[in-house]
Amino acid sequence: MNDVLTVRGLSVTVRDTALVSDVDLTVGAGERVGLIGESGSGKSLTALSILGLLPEDVRAGGSVRLDGVDHELVGADERRMSRVRGRDIAMVFQEPMTALNPTMRIGDQLAEAMLIHKTLAKPAARTAAADLLDRVQLPAETLRAYPHQLSGGQRQRVVLALALANDPALLICDEPTTALDVTVQALVLDLIVRGVVDRSSALLFITHDLAVVATVCERVLVMYGGRVVEAGPVAEVFTRPRHRYTEGLLAASDLETTSRRLTTIPGNVPPAGRFPSGCVFRTRCAHATALCEETPPWTGSETAGFACHHPAGVGND
Amino acid sequence: MILRLIERTGVFLVSLAVSSILVFAFMAVLPGDPARVALGVNASDEAVAELRRQFGLDRPLPTQYFDWLGGLLHGDLGTSYVSKVAIGPQVFDRLQVTLWLVVAGMIIALVVAAPAGTVMAARHRKISGLALSAFSQAGVAVPAFLAGILLIVVFAVRLGWLPANGWTPPAQDPTMFLKQLILPALSLGLVQGAVLTRYVRSAVLDVLREDYLRTARAKGLRPFQALWRHGLRNAAVPVVTVLGLQLATLLIGAVVVERVFVIPGLGSLLLDGVSNRDLLLVQDVVMVLVLAVLLVNFLVDLLYVALDPRLRTA
Repeated sequence: MNDVLTVRGLSVTVRDTALVSDVDLTVGAGERVGLIGESGSGKSLTALSILGLLPEDVRAGGSVRLDGVDHELVGADERRMSRVRGRDIAMVFQEPMTALNPTMRIGDQLAEAMLIHKTLAKPAARTAAADLLDRVQLPAETLRAYPHQLSGGQRQRVVLALALANDPALLICDEPTTALDVTVQALVLDLIVRGVVDRSSALLFITHDLAVVATVCERVLVMYGGRVVEAGPVAEVFTRPRHRYTEGLLAASDLETTSRRLTTIPGNVPPAGRFPSGCVFRTRCAHATALCEETPPWTGSETAGFACHHPAGVGND
Repeated sequence: MILRLIERTGVFLVSLAVSSILVFAFMAVLPGDPARVALGVNASDEAVAELRRQFGLDRPLPTQYFDWLGGLLHGDLGTSYVSKVAIGPQVFDRLQVTLWLVVAGMIIALVVAAPAGTVMAARHRKISGLALSAFSQAGVAVPAFLAGILLIVVFAVRLGWLPANGWTPPAQDPTMFLKQLILPALSLGLVQGAVLTRYVRSAVLDVLREDYLRTARAKGLRPFQALWRHGLRNAAVPVVTVLGLQLATLLIGAVVVERVFVIPGLGSLLLDGVSNRDLLLVQDVVMVLVLAVLLVNFLVDLLYVALDPRLRTA
């Protein structure tokens, strides 16, 4: 199988502070991969560095390659990156209320996505825009609407239609339903999955919501402290977690727990760049020993493995 | 949208009415009798009373006000107490001169501020952006008349490229008109341009931080394209506000600059009126200036609606 996205040794730094370190990540063609972790774990920065849209003075290192693009994406100039963005990789952001230009009609914003990459000529782009809206279940009148006339859920569907306009090889969604009402979350998730399946696009789905990952993704990567700590098929990772952080995360979101008390992971996520050396989770981990001061090696294959000195599920606890 | 239009028109008309009362009342309470001024201190009381009757100054104030207002509405600005000449045609002639000056100044300000402010915002962390910032900061501190004198010294006296003063109507000699327009328009425009640059800079900085600009780049637009297609109109809303206020400042600035460059505009007419104690003339000119300022604000309100669709439903 041809991998659409191959990330090797990705790091993100702001001045001298490392925010993301040594992230390896591959997404196969048409594969749906989840990226989970608490706020501040580096999920969004990973996504933004793939797209080359990091904020000023935040720098990415390492390697990001996309199938069918013959150059390295990390450090590529704007001219080359702008050809990749919106055509090969597209992104749906977290906040739909501010993601669209308030002074431009929806139809023009949609058509522009196709006109930029010259995938369609002007009259055809108009028709295609109506078709894109139809595929996210919005009426054709939406073409004439301005963003402020739509609800948050409707706007996010427009953003999704925008991202899928040029049938990208990879769609990145960064917490696309977090800002939405619970009632419209399911619809938007359904449209995302249907959108990528229809186009055989791959999906990199970022969220902190484990239930969402379970319904949307086939494979999952768990991030903590700017590192990938565990990876594997969703069913595998969620039923038999190996990394102690994954274990804690699952316990914290377990709704069928018999005890009445909410289980939490002790302590807080340290501020950016203040994670401990060695295993990034050791300051909050009940199983940590002196050994954890060394960075734990990756155990297993790249698509299914973990980085923990004292993994769960080996019968020693 | 219609509702908003009616509302803004209403506000415009009411402020116009209120300011006409204020202008009239202010002139009425000023000490000094126009008839006495016209005839001189040696004139007999009977002669002064006779002239007051001729001017209509012996009538009650409300009658005088409505008489004046009715005249204004018909385009009749009355007859000067001093020169006995109809004021309307004078004001109209002078207004054309001042409008040229103000419009040229505004264009210069915009042509300077729009690109400079945008570059300053886009490069706000780089040396070039900081240098432009410092330059515009210095520009803000220079009053228009000083800029005018400096320009005369350099371009008229030292280099001799342009005339130091004077005015030629464009229909009479277009080349001379332009030559004489450049320096006064520059002295008005450059200073306003420096002020406007600061506002353009902060408007563009705000827009650069907007999520929709990131969306535009995620679509595949390069940074400058994204700013041009998606940022410009959004940044224009706050800039238009300042532009409206600046037009008022420019009108006032023109009064001084017309003096420096010996230009027969509305400002010179106003100053002449004041020194001749030509009260009705002063009253009319002030009213025309007030009308211009209110009209600009009214147009700015309409421009908002054109720029920002969110205001059309509100």
